[in-house]
Amino acid sequence: MWAIVAKEFRQLRRDRRTLAMMILLPVLLLVVFGYAASFDVHNIPTVVDGPLARQAASRLSAPFEVTRVDPAIGLAGAREQLRNGTAVVAVLATSGDVAILMDGTQLFSVQTAERALSRQAIAANSPGGTVQIQVLFNPSLSTSWVMVPGLAGLILVFIGTLITSLGVVKERQNGTLEQLAVMPFRASQVIVGKIAPYLLVAALDLLLVLGVGIGLFHVPFVGNVGTFALGSALFLLVTLGIGILISTLSQNQGQAIQLSFMLMLPQVLLSGLIFPVSSMAPGVRWISYVLPLTYFIDISRGVMLKNAPFSTLLVPLGMLGLLALVVLGLAITRFRSDLAPDVRAAHDEPAEETSP
Amino acid sequence: MSFGLHEVSVRFGPRMALDRVSLTVDPGEVTVVVGGDGAGKSSALAALVGLLRPETGRVSRPPKSDLGYVPASAGLYVDLSVEENIAFVASAYGVPASQRDARADTLLERMGLTSARRRLAGALSGGMQRKLAVVLALLSEPRLLVLDEPTTGIDPLSRVEIWRLLSTTAASGVAIVVATTYVNEAARGTSAVLLSDARVLTAGAPEDILATVPGTLRTCPRRPEGPVSAWRRGSAWRVWSDQDVTTPTCERVEPDFEDAVVIAELAQELER
Repeated sequence: MWAIVAKEFRQLRRDRRTLAMMILLPVLLLVVFGYAASFDVHNIPTVVDGPLARQAASRLSAPFEVTRVDPAIGLAGAREQLRNGTAVVAVLATSGDVAILMDGTQLFSVQTAERALSRQAIAANSPGGTVQIQVLFNPSLSTSWVMVPGLAGLILVFIGTLITSLGVVKERQNGTLEQLAVMPFRASQVIVGKIAPYLLVAALDLLLVLGVGIGLFHVPFVGNVGTFALGSALFLLVTLGIGILISTLSQNQGQAIQLSFMLMLPQVLLSGLIFPVSSMAPGVRWISYVLPLTYFIDISRGVMLKNAPFSTLLVPLGMLGLLALVVLGLAITRFRSDLAPDVRAAHDEPAEETSP
Repeated sequence: MSFGLHEVSVRFGPRMALDRVSLTVDPGEVTVVVGGDGAGKSSALAALVGLLRPETGRVSRPPKSDLGYVPASAGLYVDLSVEENIAFVASAYGVPASQRDARADTLLERMGLTSARRRLAGALSGGMQRKLAVVLALLSEPRLLVLDEPTTGIDPLSRVEIWRLLSTTAASGVAIVVATTYVNEAARGTSAVLLSDARVLTAGAPEDILATVPGTLRTCPRRPEGPVSAWRRGSAWRVWSDQDVTTPTCERVEPDFEDAVVIAELAQELER
């Protein structure tokens, strides 16, 4: 038996990646997720509008963080501010009456805001007036309405990252990648040929998930399909790029699965899918801003629930575009040199002679 | 136009995989690369087809559309059927469907794989997989065919059939490079390159290699006393000396290729 124990330790020592996963990763995850996993909302971005905006703003205290006071803005303007993500709460103060609008896609912020309002004096200090609270975009504060658009993204991460990397690594393990490298294909043709089927399957999967979400959980889709499609396509390119990148770093399917999970776990916990990004400690919040799922969730919730116009989604769309460019660029460069280090000439050349 | 390696060196970290290795093959010829495990055969073939970048030296090969390659792993899609593997390779090389079927029929017939057409490549025996790999490499009628140990793990009859197929293929003007661990297969080529420890030990036409074996080779019933270079062949011993010597109980023999390979290694050790 000791022989097996000794052999196992020897093998473990060789497999640095597994060793790191067993020892370093749990500590790292605990620290990162300990700071990130928080349902407590301490700051709620709030705009105060209407003729009596200044007085109303002076009566608001934490967790409301007044980011803007504009007496010139009315009800329609206040709705727009929530739609385009300027704030989570809009207080509209008009001659004694106060209307409070909240963005229902920010589940935990709204729940915190409702609790805070019952304590704060904004209602008591408007004698003769009424206070009306209205939750927009998700009036019943349904969890599934908020989760389904995010889960759709998570499923795409799964297909894009894990399935793609496994597909490519399988070729490497079976020795068929060598064969592809020698065949009259350009590296770009191999990459596109490998990616395209997964892109198609992932796109069909996305439709299926959305169909089930809409049909079974009655999640609305009020926004522009084109914007959503563009965001999804960019997001898919990033996840497929990550998949190829993982495949270039893995010698076998086990390693690919390990790496994929190491990259998927942070996306589940740090992208805003479960815990609000605004509640995370600043030290770990920056991680959210490099994760593609964070931006996809902004787009999918914005389009599906809030009918957010294209112009307000430029930042997440732009970030996904940038990530796609960087990740795919890196993946293709690595894959290309991996595939055929010494095949530089195209297949239509008469003969080839290479020297370093 | 001939293809090959010219003074090619390849390094894997601190280890030399190929040390100034040269080999050439002309259309219609078969060059056999012989060597033990880790001698550098696969690296030489990989450098020839472009899978390894040489550190120094020159490589000449046809464009990819004229290149057929069978890697040591056979390189088959194990989850596709024999027919589906054929269809993929044919379409990758742009072989028209009409020619594809006729060529595939002939090649499958010769390799005894006709009845396995619909079976998954992964469900074939190791030997059948290697034969299928040869079929796939020949499907596009390449100008240069490179095969890494195509006969390893194959029954003797099938080995003969593969070599017969390679000979007729070469006769049609194809340049062929075959790596093998079976020393006696070197005699089947037009020329042979003997690799040992990443270097070329000896190279040339098999008969030239045999004719230039140095020293004398004797066969003895028992291992002679003292420090001699001797190895077992069947029930007798082969004894080699770089001097011209005679022993009463031993008989002088002409070396065959297996002897030539051992002697080349011994001679190199003596030089060192």
